[in-house]
Amino acid sequence: MSALEEFFGDPDVGIGDKIYVIDQSRCIGCNACVHACTECDTHRGHSMMHLEFVDRAKSTQTAPMVCMHCDDPTCAEVCPADAIKKTEDGVVQSAAKERCIGCSNCVIACPFGVPEYFPEYDVMMKCDMCYDRTSAGSEPMCTSVCPSEALWYGTVEEFDATRSGVLCNDFQFGNNRVTTAVRTVVHEPGPLDALLGRSSEPRVVEDPFGFDEIGLPEVLR
Amino acid sequence: MARPPLTEADLIDQYGPHLNHAPPGGWNAGIAVDRVVNTHCCFCGQQCGIKLKVAGNSVVGFEPWYDFPFNQGKLCPKGVKRYLQGAHEDRLLEPLERTETGFVPVSWPSAVDRVASEIRRIQAESGPDAFAVVSGSSLTTEKTYLLGKFARLAVGTANVDYNGRLCMVSAAAANKKALGMDRAPNPWSDIPLADVVLVAGANIAECAPITTDYIWRARDRGAKLIMADPRVTPLARTADCFLGLRPGTDAALMAAILNQLIARDLVDHDFISAHTVGFEDAAAAVAAMTPVVAQEITGVPASRIEAAAELWGAPGTGVLLHARGIEHHTNGVDNVLSCINLGLATGRYGRPGCGVMTITGQANGQGGREHGQKADQLPGARDISNPEHRAVVAQHWGCSPDDIPAAGLSYQEQFEAILDGRIKGMLLICTNPVVALPDSRRVREALDKLEFFAVIDFFMSETASHADVVLAGSLHEEDEGIVTTAEGRCVKINAAVTPPGNARRDWEIILDLAKRLDAERYFPFEGPRDIFEELRRVSSGAIADYAGMTWERLEAEHGLFWPCPTEDHPGTPRLYEGGRFAHADGKARFIPVTYRPPAESVDADYPVWLTTGRVISQFLSGTQTRRIGPLVDQYPQPLVEMHPRLAAALGASEGDLVRVSSRRGEMTAPAQVVETIRPDTVFIPYHWPGASAANQLTNPVLDPVSRIPEYKVCAVRVEVVGTAEATRDRRDMTLTDEAGT
Repeated sequence: MSALEEFFGDPDVGIGDKIYVIDQSRCIGCNACVHACTECDTHRGHSMMHLEFVDRAKSTQTAPMVCMHCDDPTCAEVCPADAIKKTEDGVVQSAAKERCIGCSNCVIACPFGVPEYFPEYDVMMKCDMCYDRTSAGSEPMCTSVCPSEALWYGTVEEFDATRSGVLCNDFQFGNNRVTTAVRTVVHEPGPLDALLGRSSEPRVVEDPFGFDEIGLPEVLR
Repeated sequence: MARPPLTEADLIDQYGPHLNHAPPGGWNAGIAVDRVVNTHCCFCGQQCGIKLKVAGNSVVGFEPWYDFPFNQGKLCPKGVKRYLQGAHEDRLLEPLERTETGFVPVSWPSAVDRVASEIRRIQAESGPDAFAVVSGSSLTTEKTYLLGKFARLAVGTANVDYNGRLCMVSAAAANKKALGMDRAPNPWSDIPLADVVLVAGANIAECAPITTDYIWRARDRGAKLIMADPRVTPLARTADCFLGLRPGTDAALMAAILNQLIARDLVDHDFISAHTVGFEDAAAAVAAMTPVVAQEITGVPASRIEAAAELWGAPGTGVLLHARGIEHHTNGVDNVLSCINLGLATGRYGRPGCGVMTITGQANGQGGREHGQKADQLPGARDISNPEHRAVVAQHWGCSPDDIPAAGLSYQEQFEAILDGRIKGMLLICTNPVVALPDSRRVREALDKLEFFAVIDFFMSETASHADVVLAGSLHEEDEGIVTTAEGRCVKINAAVTPPGNARRDWEIILDLAKRLDAERYFPFEGPRDIFEELRRVSSGAIADYAGMTWERLEAEHGLFWPCPTEDHPGTPRLYEGGRFAHADGKARFIPVTYRPPAESVDADYPVWLTTGRVISQFLSGTQTRRIGPLVDQYPQPLVEMHPRLAAALGASEGDLVRVSSRRGEMTAPAQVVETIRPDTVFIPYHWPGASAANQLTNPVLDPVSRIPEYKVCAVRVEVVGTAEATRDRRDMTLTDEAGT
C-alpha cells in the first residue's frame, strides 16, 4: 500500500450523494484552487480551474469556475471522436487522450467556457472533479483548500444545515436549457438565465467611500 | 564594512531569486512518494495543518490535512506551493565568507571561529552591547528561546530583539496594559459564534485567508460584518457596513464608535462595573469625538459610524479582529486600546463568541515573543526589568541575576545605534531588514557601517548579501519544534527532511557558537526536545506557562492553548472566562485614548497618502516566496493602486509607470487604477527589494510604547513617468494567429 492510499480510501465508494457547489460571492480571488489543481497527478502542473476578476477596475469580485458536469454535456455531444465520457455518477471526464483529435469543438460549444485545448499535448483537458479522489470518497483538491468555502463539496443536507443561499443547477442560455451536477448559489429559487442575469444579486458594498453622502474628497491638496 | 561584494546582477545570477516551478525532476519524473509528514505551513500565524509528501530527502508535494481542526485541509496559495522552496537551486549548502570578489565556501569550524572571535573583538573594544543579535518569529519556539539565552549568556549583550517588533508588538503591549496579558483572548472557534464581526485594519482575505471561512460561518448564521479599511479588500467588498477610513485615523474612528455606544446607551453597564476600571476616563476622552467630528478626520460618513455603533452595540455576541492595519502606526498601541475599549464597553470578553483578537502575522509571532528573544522579555513572557522575574530565570539558568543583561534596543533602534556607532557588530537570523525595515536606504547604510556582520539563512537574502559570513541554516521542513499560532495554540512542527549539503540546523549552529564563546555550560542540549524541556520548566509559573505541554500531547491533542501549567491541564483556549482578567485585581483597564494624527501628514510637496501591505501570493520580505515560481507568476511585481479620480488628476492610466516619492526615497512601478481604494491614498505592497521596495518610501518613526514603525501611513508625491506597455493576452494572440496575421 502506497503512502498516498490512506487519502483515497475505498476505490469503490464513488461520489455517492456528494455535490459540488460554487458560491461566487464568497470568492476572495486567492488562487488557492488554481494552484492546488496543478498538483493533481493526472494533469501535473496544469490547472483546470478558471478564476478571473469580473471587472478589477470596479471591484475585487472574482469568479471561480470548474466544469459544471452537465446532465447532457454539450462538449460530449459535439465531440466527433467520442472522446468525452460521463461516468455513472455524473462526472464528465476530460477528453480521452487516445481518442481526442484536438479539434476544439468542445472548447467552442461549452456554454460555460470550461474546456481548454492544450496545443503542446494536442488534447483538450478540463476539470473532472478530481475523479481519482472523489470516486474513492475523498474531496476535490480545489474544495479541499478553498479558504472561504466559495468552492464546497458535501451533501445537500450538510449544505442546508450550515450554509445560506439557494442552490441552482438549472441554466438558460437563450433557447438552451442546461442542467448540471455542479450547483451555484443564488438568492432565490428558480433557473438562472445567463442572458438576463436574474437572481444572482451579488453581496457588494455600493459607494464604498460614501461619496453620495459626503461628496467627493479632495484628491490632491 | 559589510557591503555586498558583488553587483546586484552578479548576486542574483549566483544566488537568485531563481524561480522553482515544479517538483524535483519535473512533473513527469514519476516520483514515488515514500512518506507523508503531518506538520504546519511555514508562513503566517494561522499555522494551517498540512501533510507534506516526501520522496527520499525531498519534499515533493502536499496533501490537505483534513483532520487538523483549525483549517480542516484549507490552504492559501502559499501553503499549496510552499514545498517548492525545498530542493531549490538557490539553497545555500555551506557556510560562506565574503572576499573582495564574492562569497567563497569555508569550513564550519573556520566560519564559527570567525564569528565568535569577531564577537569577542568588538565587545573587547566597544563593550558587550556593541554586538547585537537580531532574530525572527518564523523560528520554532525552541530556537527563539535558545537565541534569547544565547544572546544574554553566551554573547552577553542586552541588544537582542526580533522581527515581531515589526509585526505584533502594538497588540501585545495594548493587551498587556488593558487586560494583563499578551495573547489573543479567544480560539478562532469563537468567531463563527459571533452575531457581529468588526474587522479593523486587517485584509483577512489576503493576509489571513483561512480566517475568511470563520467569518462566513458566522454570516451563515446571520452575523453582520463591519470592515474598516482604506481599501475595499476582497472580504470588505461584501461587508454589511464598510468604513473606508483615511490611513492613520483608526483611533478617531474607534473613539467615535465608543462615543455613539455611550450616546445611544448601548454599553454593558453590569459588565463595566463588575469587571473593569477606568470607564469614566475613557468615556471622557471620546466625549468630543462625535460622528460629525470623526467624519472630518477619518473621511467616513457620520451615518456609517452611527450604523457601525448600532451594529456593534446590538445585544448578543461579537468579535473584533484587528491586524497590522491599525498596529503599524506611531499610535499603534492606542489604536489597539481603542478597539479593546469597544470590547470592554460591550462586555465582549470571556464568553463564547466574544473577544477582541489580534491576527498575529508570523508563523510563531505569538510564541516567538514569549520566550526570551524580545529585548524586554525573559522566557514565559516575563518582564526583564522585574527583579523577581530575573531571579527566577537566573535560577533556572544557573547564573546570577546580574549575568542577565538589562532590556536592550528594539529592532529599528538597533539600526539607529549602528548609524551612531553604538552597535558595531551583528548576528542576524530569520529576518530580512533590507526589505522589511522602513527607509531601506538607511538600513543599507547601517549594514555597510557594521565592522562585522554574520547571517544565518537558507537563501542569500538581500540582507545576507551584506554579510561577512553567511552560515547555511535550515528550512522549516528540516527541523522540528513547536510554534504558537495566532489563537495561542501551541502546535508541533515535524521535520520532513534533513538539511542538504553542509547546511545545518539553526540550533546546531547556535550551540556551536555558544561553545566557542565558552558558554557551553548553559547549553546542555542535544536537540530541540532538550531545549523544549528546559523552556517548559523555565516557563512554569509564568504568564505564558507551557509546563504541562509535551511534544506528544501537542500532536495527540492537535495543539494546546497556553497557559497549560500541568500535564493533566487541558490548556486554556478562551481567556478571561467569567470576566476575570489577568491583572492582579482581576479587572480590565479602560485606557483613555486621545486621537493623534500620524507622524507625517500630506502637504503641498507630498500631497497623497501612502499605505503599504501584502498580497496573498507573497509573504513578508519574500526571501522564500519570491523563489516560488507559481506564486511569483500570480503577482510578479509591485503595483501602485490608485483611484480613477486620483489617476485622472495625475493624468495616469492603467499600467502607466508612476514614480512615487517620499521624503526618504522614491520608486517607480505600474499604476493599477481601481475604484477599490480611497481617492486620496495609494497602496503599494512591500515584498520586493531594491528599486521595487516600497520601504524606500516608508517612515521609520516608532510608536513610543511598542517601538513599531509607522509602515501604514506617510505622505508621498505621485507622477507619471511612462506609458503602459501594450499587452496582449493569450486569447488575442490566438485570434490574431488564427486570422493569419
